[in-house]
Amino acid sequence: MSAEPQHQHPPHAQRIGTVRALLRLREYARPALPWIGLGMLASLSAQLVALSIPQVLQSIVDGPLTDGDAASVVPLALLVLGLGVLEAVLIALRRWFVLTPGTRVEASMRNALYAKLEDLPVSFHDRWPSGQLLSRAVSDLNIIRRWLSFGLVLLVVNLVVIVIGIGILVSMNWMLGLVFLVASVPLWIVGYRFEGRYSEVSRRSQDQAGDLATAVEESVHGIRVLKAFGRGKHALSTFRAQAETLRSTEIEKARLDASIWTWLIVVPAAALSVCLVLGVWLASQGVLTVGELVAFFATAAVLAWPIESIGFLLAFSLDARTATDRFFDILDTRNEITDPERPVSVERPRGELVFSDVHFRYQDAPDRFDDLLDGVDLEVRPGETMALVGLTGSGKTTMTALTTRLYDVTAGSITLDGVDIRALSREELRTHIAMAFEDATLFSASVRDNVLLGRPELTGDGGADAAGTADAAGDGPHEASGDPEVLAEAERVLAEALRIAQAGFVYGLPDGVDTKVGEEGMSLSGGQRQRLALARAVAAKPAVLVLDDPLSALDVSTEAKVEAELRSVLASTTALIVAHRPSTVMLADRVALLEYGRITAVGTHSELLRESEHYRFVISSLEDEERRQATAASDRVGRAPRDGRRDDAEAIAAAMADDGERADAAASALRELTEPDLDERGLTDREGVAR
Amino acid sequence: MSVTGVAGEERHDFTKDESQQIRARSLRLLGSLLRPVRARLWLTMAIVVVSTAAQVAGPALIAYGIDTGLPALTQGDWMPVGLAGLAYLFTGIVGAFLIAWYIRLSARISQAVLLDLRTRIFLHTQKLSLEFHESYTSGRIISRQTSDLDAIRELLDEGINQLVRGVLYMAFTGIALVVLDPVSGLVLVGALVPLVILTRWFQQRSQALFRRSRVASAKLIVQFVETMTGIRAVQAFRTERRNQKEFGRLVEDYRDVNARVIQLFGIYDPGLILIGNATVAVVLLVGGFRVIDGGLAIGVLLATLLYTRRFFDPMEDMAMFYNGYQSAASALEKISGVLEEQPSVPDPARPVDLWKADGTVRFERVEFAYTPERVILPRFDLTIPAGQTVALVGSTGAGKSTLAKLIARFYDPSDGVVELDGVDLRQLHPKDLRRAIVMVTQEAYLFSGSVADNIALGKPDATFDEIVAAARAVGAHEFIEGLPNGYDTDVNKRGGRVSAGQRQLISFARAFLADPAVLILDEATSSLDIPSERAVQEGLQSLLADRTAVIIAHRLSTVAIADRVLVMEHGRIVEDGSPAELIGGTGRFAAMHAAWRDSLV
Ligand SMILES: Nc1ncnc2c1ncn2[C@@H]1O[C@H](COP(=O)(O)OP(=O)(O)OP(=O)(O)O)[C@@H](O)[C@H]1O
Ligand SMILES: Nc1ncnc2c1ncn2[C@@H]1O[C@H](COP(=O)(O)OP(=O)(O)OP(=O)(O)O)[C@@H](O)[C@H]1O
Ligand SMILES: [Mg+2]
Ligand SMILES: [Mg+2]
Repeated sequence: MSAEPQHQHPPHAQRIGTVRALLRLREYARPALPWIGLGMLASLSAQLVALSIPQVLQSIVDGPLTDGDAASVVPLALLVLGLGVLEAVLIALRRWFVLTPGTRVEASMRNALYAKLEDLPVSFHDRWPSGQLLSRAVSDLNIIRRWLSFGLVLLVVNLVVIVIGIGILVSMNWMLGLVFLVASVPLWIVGYRFEGRYSEVSRRSQDQAGDLATAVEESVHGIRVLKAFGRGKHALSTFRAQAETLRSTEIEKARLDASIWTWLIVVPAAALSVCLVLGVWLASQGVLTVGELVAFFATAAVLAWPIESIGFLLAFSLDARTATDRFFDILDTRNEITDPERPVSVERPRGELVFSDVHFRYQDAPDRFDDLLDGVDLEVRPGETMALVGLTGSGKTTMTALTTRLYDVTAGSITLDGVDIRALSREELRTHIAMAFEDATLFSASVRDNVLLGRPELTGDGGADAAGTADAAGDGPHEASGDPEVLAEAERVLAEALRIAQAGFVYGLPDGVDTKVGEEGMSLSGGQRQRLALARAVAAKPAVLVLDDPLSALDVSTEAKVEAELRSVLASTTALIVAHRPSTVMLADRVALLEYGRITAVGTHSELLRESEHYRFVISSLEDEERRQATAASDRVGRAPRDGRRDDAEAIAAAMADDGERADAAASALRELTEPDLDERGLTDREGVAR
Repeated sequence: MSVTGVAGEERHDFTKDESQQIRARSLRLLGSLLRPVRARLWLTMAIVVVSTAAQVAGPALIAYGIDTGLPALTQGDWMPVGLAGLAYLFTGIVGAFLIAWYIRLSARISQAVLLDLRTRIFLHTQKLSLEFHESYTSGRIISRQTSDLDAIRELLDEGINQLVRGVLYMAFTGIALVVLDPVSGLVLVGALVPLVILTRWFQQRSQALFRRSRVASAKLIVQFVETMTGIRAVQAFRTERRNQKEFGRLVEDYRDVNARVIQLFGIYDPGLILIGNATVAVVLLVGGFRVIDGGLAIGVLLATLLYTRRFFDPMEDMAMFYNGYQSAASALEKISGVLEEQPSVPDPARPVDLWKADGTVRFERVEFAYTPERVILPRFDLTIPAGQTVALVGSTGAGKSTLAKLIARFYDPSDGVVELDGVDLRQLHPKDLRRAIVMVTQEAYLFSGSVADNIALGKPDATFDEIVAAARAVGAHEFIEGLPNGYDTDVNKRGGRVSAGQRQLISFARAFLADPAVLILDEATSSLDIPSERAVQEGLQSLLADRTAVIIAHRLSTVAIADRVLVMEHGRIVEDGSPAELIGGTGRFAAMHAAWRDSLV
């Protein structure tokens, strides 16, 4: 739970300068830049006004007040008031200029990040902890927005003010001004050193904040496990350790902050104390008037805050830089699974899916490992149902994920109707091939939205969008939600998919098909979730259905019903079905056996049962138990005839393939033929119990 | 309508009373967070008092330097000006070091508060029952723990800074001003009237907006988290663009409310500055005449003007503090709402210890419903004697997992009691309960982290050898060894690095390691291939020899190792007996078993 993800420091180890790093923001900040410029101008003017007020005060002290000219006090006071109003107006302008455009920049970056994340392949998401993504999308962009519309403006303006202010000081009296200039030298050195150290800590803290978000997310998603084992406290201690790490990083940051603040106060104070003595001496020598001296200190007082603020603005900028880096960590990630430049289109796919010499390895696989898929050759003919069988961890799921390019093959190719799937746009490919995953992955939406997820043109979301896609049925121009025809079609598709997946239970839920299924469908039973995921794939009406162990959570009779219904769909659809159980294999016309990363055998269930030792090992549960209960000899005698009988049953089932009742017939045929075994089994079970 | 807990969290139209109720509870929370750090808080304030005094002394020293030092120096006396210079330097140094100390100290306070709050939320969300989590969604909890905490952190980081310094600075400057020139002080007091009016206006407007902003950001996060969690389905079903549209809408909502907050502040802040500047003009006017009258020294007037300006200097800080406070307060409102939620499966007030459980599970007149409208398990009684292995079968949605979850006390029965060794689960010490009863849930969830860590979750203090032994016992050792880093391989988020079957094996090893008196396996082998399942079953035979077990499985091979079979249908136990009896009979189980047998090859 605490493993340090190694991605966090981007591979390009060479760190670019802070300014260059921040300049990368201009891509997104461009529309706001003129406004930010105006804001700086307004802010600068405001500061200048603030600076000019002491000048006016000087002229009052030196002029009317020394002369005792009562008449001019009022206009001068009004002037001060006028300047004061002007300052306030300019500050208001500054805010109004930059802040709304700033929020736009933030929003556009957030949308860009989201779009990029959705586009990036699954392998990226495998690698990146979710909290890291979230903290980028929320906290980091928030920092960037505030920096752009506040930090950047203040930084630029304050620097300008400091320069101008020192210029004024120098012009007032070069000796006093020089003291200030000389004093600024150590500050540059301090600032430079600060940058290096603070950047590192800032990055660390934001990464740790991301890790913490990950820990929170996992503690909630995994709450069932934590509760089941009563490990809430344990999770807390891990979480707390992480939170404490973050805390110490933050405190380290504060320490750095504190040190730069110290310098930024001590140095000007030292300069001013020198100036005080020097200035009074100069005044005593008559080089300076009292008024000039007063104005000098008044101006210096105005500069105090801009100088002090540099420390915190620098820190702020470095935080923004970290945030920018983290944002671009993702935006710069090259997507290896992209649409081709000129996508080919398969108008009416027949659904022929061919794997030719497909190789695949996960990116983190060490070199010493063979490819996980090591030359898979498999041809799924149009309309055919192919079962994919193999041991746990043999790569079945991986193979199914390749068909819709959730991962890309590392060598070889997969073709759909003879077209390399990489030549199609991903969108089109995924319209032609629909999947049901081994874990249901539902969304916290209504049953209807979940099932019709692959049919946007029916649900009203993005009807117009879908029109642009290759979806053959796409009646996009209609505003789906309003069109009764589309609505009726949606209902029909929904009802049919639910029927096929035997998910009629949804009508019994409190709000029927509009019931929200809870986060990840957790307010449903396991089998119910799985059937909805199946219905979702079926409702997509694809040319090729890829089902990953779609019946694992169903009881035997529901399974049989689903299978019976599925047959009608599978008659016209190509399907690749991952299966662990013979009962699921029954759905298939042919079976492919995955072993050592290759398809080592393809054939009908009975063929493989007869010919492939490994297939028997993977799929058959009888032999072993038999071996236990009987002697080797009697086993050999007993097995041959039964295998024969079973093949007969297969033959009967196959002969009835066109019959709608095929499943039931096959089942009853099987039952008849195996009845004697059953008694035997019953006995064994009793023995098992007795033991 | 209630606003207790998270109810009404997303509403904007609170009545005045509700609004006050919510505010009050968030202030109580704030108070309880600050209480442990109050000593440090006082120290911080003391530091700020001194450091602010040092800063405020600056203009006075300069005034002294000019008014006294200059005439003295014309007489050739360096003393006063030298003294003033040294004193100025001294105050600068002292001020700087105090500020540095202050920054470190306030960071400590703020981090301590955040850590405390984080821990509280974490602990509380762990305590809250599944029922709560199912409807509240992880996204919202994450948003409480991240973006809401960010808002509070902003307040704590900058806020204490701004507030304490601002208040003290203003107080000191104000006092200095009054001492220096009471008339100008009076002008300053007059300026407070418009200031208060403006602030109240801002408070009312911004409170509503900040509440909306918290809601908007939570929605954003919920959508984000859900998309990233279900990324495979998102891509496979091409919902990217639809999601982007939806997300874009949420982003725009959030942006809009943010922009409005900011605009509001864009009126408030310049308004304060305007008030400040006008006051300076008035002080100048009043003071100017008095200088001409000879009632005021020029140096004093200058100092007065500088003080007046300085008095308003921290105004922007104060405004920002107030802004941050409003933002943090609405975040605290949401957080305090979560903390106020009572777990519907609460820990007992006076827990009963059960050091060594035998493992007798008894349901007595139990009835259960997730929602009042739909009873899932109608009233039933059931006793599972210690040491018995029970197979729980039935069609999907029959309520098997629900029954199992009652034993594991994920939920409490709506009526009746569930007992372990004669102790109501609701009275049982949570530690004893969890040690005695362990459930492998239908969803095999792995945490990111190493395989070993994941298995060790069953027994945090397990040695590596124990972990390996557990893995061996369930037949997971071999594949784990085959992973790139063996037991140290990171399984990635949700165990995405390993296959579905491997995930189940790891979950299984975890339960094996926990070694409970009552073990519940909910479809623990559904994704396994047949050879692995068989291996697991062999492991089970020895594992279950001396403990109570409830095994839920659709693959009836488990029945072979069960002493007793319960068949569930629509929430009722319709058959109950030894496997042999039931198989030999003519009931549902016999049919089910026959069908299953037929499916085997
Ligand atoms: N994202 C990943 N990164 C690295 N390795 C992975 C990843 N996903 C799976 N693997 C490894 O690849 C192998 C094949 O996994 P896959 O999920 O394809 O198996 P499977 O045949 O579907 O098994 P099961 O029957 O258990 O579902 C496993 O050994 C697994 O550990
Ligand atoms: N958290 C929940 N909130 C509301 N209803 C629920 C919740 N969990 C389950 N249900 C409902 O309770 C019923 C029983 O569910 P349960 O999970 O106990 O079934 P099950 O027998 O385990 O089925 P399966 O074999 O499919 O896992 C189902 O109708 C389901 O929809
Ligand atoms: Mg798999
Ligand atoms: Mg279940």
